Amino acid sequence: MDEYRDGKLARNIVNEISRILTRNWVIMEVCGGQTHAIVKYGLDQLFPKQVELVHGPGCPVCVTPLALIDKALAIASRHDVIFCSFGDMMRVPGSVDDLLQIKAQGGDIRIVYSPLDALKIASENPDKKVVFFAVGFETTVPANAMAVWKAKEDSVRNFSMLVSHVLVPPAMTAILNSPENRVQGFLAAGHVCSVMGYWEYEPISADYRVPIVVSGFEPLDILEGILMVVRQLEQGKAEVENQYTRIVTRQGNTLAQEKILDVFDVCDRKWRGIGEIPRSGLRLKDEFKSFDAAKIFETKQIQTQESPLCISGEILQGLKKPDDCPAFGGQCTPENPLGTTMVSSEGTCAAFYQYGRHEFHGRTESR
Amino acid sequence: MCLSVPGKVLEITEEDGFKIGRVEFSGITKKICLQYIPDIQVGEYALVHVGFAISKLDEKEAAKTLKLLAELGQVQNESEKGSSS
Ligand code: SF4
Repeated sequence: MDEYRDGKLARNIVNEISRILTRNWVIMEVCGGQTHAIVKYGLDQLFPKQVELVHGPGCPVCVTPLALIDKALAIASRHDVIFCSFGDMMRVPGSVDDLLQIKAQGGDIRIVYSPLDALKIASENPDKKVVFFAVGFETTVPANAMAVWKAKEDSVRNFSMLVSHVLVPPAMTAILNSPENRVQGFLAAGHVCSVMGYWEYEPISADYRVPIVVSGFEPLDILEGILMVVRQLEQGKAEVENQYTRIVTRQGNTLAQEKILDVFDVCDRKWRGIGEIPRSGLRLKDEFKSFDAAKIFETKQIQTQESPLCISGEILQGLKKPDDCPAFGGQCTPENPLGTTMVSSEGTCAAFYQYGRHEFHGRTESR
Repeated sequence: MCLSVPGKVLEITEEDGFKIGRVEFSGITKKICLQYIPDIQVGEYALVHVGFAISKLDEKEAAKTLKLLAELGQVQNESEKGSSS
């Protein structure tokens, strides 16, 4: 992988961007993993400031609605439940507490690497109800689809899923539809596309006249992706291109797509901080409703409470940057997060904090 | 959450009705479900996410990308030479 971090090749790309650039452009990287790499390697500070990168909503942890986090916390507190989750959900703040606090209070909460691990825990603990918190974009859906499908095949009755799956293309459309939108080109999320392919983006690119380039996650991938977007913008083109050819094909992984459609239906979904986006989520099909934790566990309507200071909704839409938040690095830190974008490893606030951008707080505006 | 890493398939077996691979990620090996890329062979690389291989790494394409990037530098050197002469 190291060859994708080669400094000389990186300079070649940056030089080429400078060479062809004639005006200002605003480009959004959709995926939080890419945001992280950009801030980590300072890629946004390598090329001329006419190219502005804005950071997108591609952090599934960040956009999981507060009401659903509260529901997860209520389920995880039950004595008859083993609650399984990926590690990055542990510190996401609910209205009152988070999973880590529930665990400290005696909740049986387990961090798993794969949904199949949760399924295994269910077979090993027949007297407990095992609930898996299924959060993620299209990249994660095939794994979760397979786990539910397998649970049904094997008649595992004590396994269920609390589903919070969201889809990327509708979110990009929502950003483009916003009257405040400034984004002129996108880096599409390479790992989402490894599953879904990139044919879904072709109508978006054509309808909104925006270049969309599927990109990988290494520094050179991201830089080359940006070069490809800038090239299109400068030439007045709006196409879908693929930088990440070693992983992504136009049609994607069709076996995975079939399994997704076997298990899930597309539905409208609320995004934390953004609001409802039509047809932007997945829910379990009726045949799988006995595995739907949202249906199995009746929880009281919980009064939700967001921090009044937090602007993560605007950050997730690329309208603001962490430096614009008065709480950034002061009242809000990864140890004491006020919003989800400070907790998740893919959150923009966390990336900015982790790589020391808060030290420049107040001075970055001029960039 | 979309964090996915390429790993090398060392061995392919069957377990509980699933095609399972022993996959190595810089020194660490893990059991990975290969159901979604059933035609992968031992020795090939797969992109792995939460215990599932979701894509096969195309080594030819990987080499092509790097070659294109290297050529970018040559073109730039040529054009610099051209403009200074
Ligand atoms: S710094 Fe904290 S409070 Fe401010 S937007 Fe980010 S998560 Fe919210």
